[in-house]
Amino acid sequence: MCRRCGARLHPRKPGSVARTSALLISAYLLYIPANVLPVMETGSLFGAQTDTIMSGVVFLFVTGSWPLAALIFFASVVVPLAKLSALTVLTVSVQRRATWAPGWRARLFRIVTFIGRWSMVDIFVAAILAALVQFQTLATIRAGPGAIAFGAVVVLTMFAAETFDPRLIWDPIEDPIEEGRG
Amino acid sequence: MKKPLRPSLIACRECDLLQRAVVLTEGGTACCPRCDAVLYRKIPDSLDRTLAYALAAAVLFVIANTFPILGLDSQGNHTSTTVFGTVRALHATGMSAVAALVFVTTILIPAIDLAALLYLLVPLRLGRVPPGVPAMLRLVQAAKPWGMVEVFLLGMLVSLVKLAHLASVHTGVALWSFAALMLLLAATAASFDAQGIWARVRVLP
Repeated sequence: MCRRCGARLHPRKPGSVARTSALLISAYLLYIPANVLPVMETGSLFGAQTDTIMSGVVFLFVTGSWPLAALIFFASVVVPLAKLSALTVLTVSVQRRATWAPGWRARLFRIVTFIGRWSMVDIFVAAILAALVQFQTLATIRAGPGAIAFGAVVVLTMFAAETFDPRLIWDPIEDPIEEGRG
Repeated sequence: MKKPLRPSLIACRECDLLQRAVVLTEGGTACCPRCDAVLYRKIPDSLDRTLAYALAAAVLFVIANTFPILGLDSQGNHTSTTVFGTVRALHATGMSAVAALVFVTTILIPAIDLAALLYLLVPLRLGRVPPGVPAMLRLVQAAKPWGMVEVFLLGMLVSLVKLAHLASVHTGVALWSFAALMLLLAATAASFDAQGIWARVRVLP
């Protein structure tokens, strides 16, 4: 127990590798419905249209707003994939007690925790459009089941980043001032 | 006043490297020599600044959640929505899980964060130690990654551009309040110093 604030102390986060791996596997599984199922359903006089994350990006690109298409592509496709693969590399390397480039891996972990939150943009856009476009007869927009899966992927990868203990990166590496310990 | 066991030794929170603490000049930052993580900072007038930013953020938070963020006009129809309106719309179409996610990340967590900060900082500024300092500091720390005001702001801007093709869109007061709230929350986080709070708690009765 910490003498000052009463927190329980652990040398390392308990069960870090097991917990992070479990959360990552669940996130990978949900990543499939997140991309296959529609995140947005548009109904209008001219018929219904459903959009997955990718088809939404393609639609934006075709209709001429390519900066917006690039932004959504980055936030909804690049960031989640980069986060999943980076956390996988980190967890596997820590599990094997790898010694390569610890400084680079520590930086990778910091970047991953920082950019992960931005994937939520698509969910927020779906929420705002669903609330705003409610012209009963002309057009309505609602969020599709893909949004649930996508939101779950974001939440799971955030928990995975939180259970991962970056100290494990440095454990197999010689401590230059080891004698200062204890 | 309790005397710490080894006052000059600290362990890096990210790589556990044990090292000697150095005295910083005002506005200085100590980084871990091995992994480059921030160890601690010395922020001038941390308490006053954080309190001022947090109070301003609390006022803007109320405005940002009361007024509409965006309005839409199309062939005589007018709709507008507040932040909570987006949560309600999601819930009404059977997307309760997503509605809960939006509610927690844009309303609940920022509210808890600001309330916990004010609960800590106002009494400390007046020279008293509020009960439950450790729990409140842990709450502030745990809430940090889940507050997504800046991401929601980007979502509003994307929606604005997407809708501009279809109908005439109006920006609401709350959209600008959100932009200011985002800056103030960033300033609050940047001037907050947990070590400084502990130092104050140890000195006060």
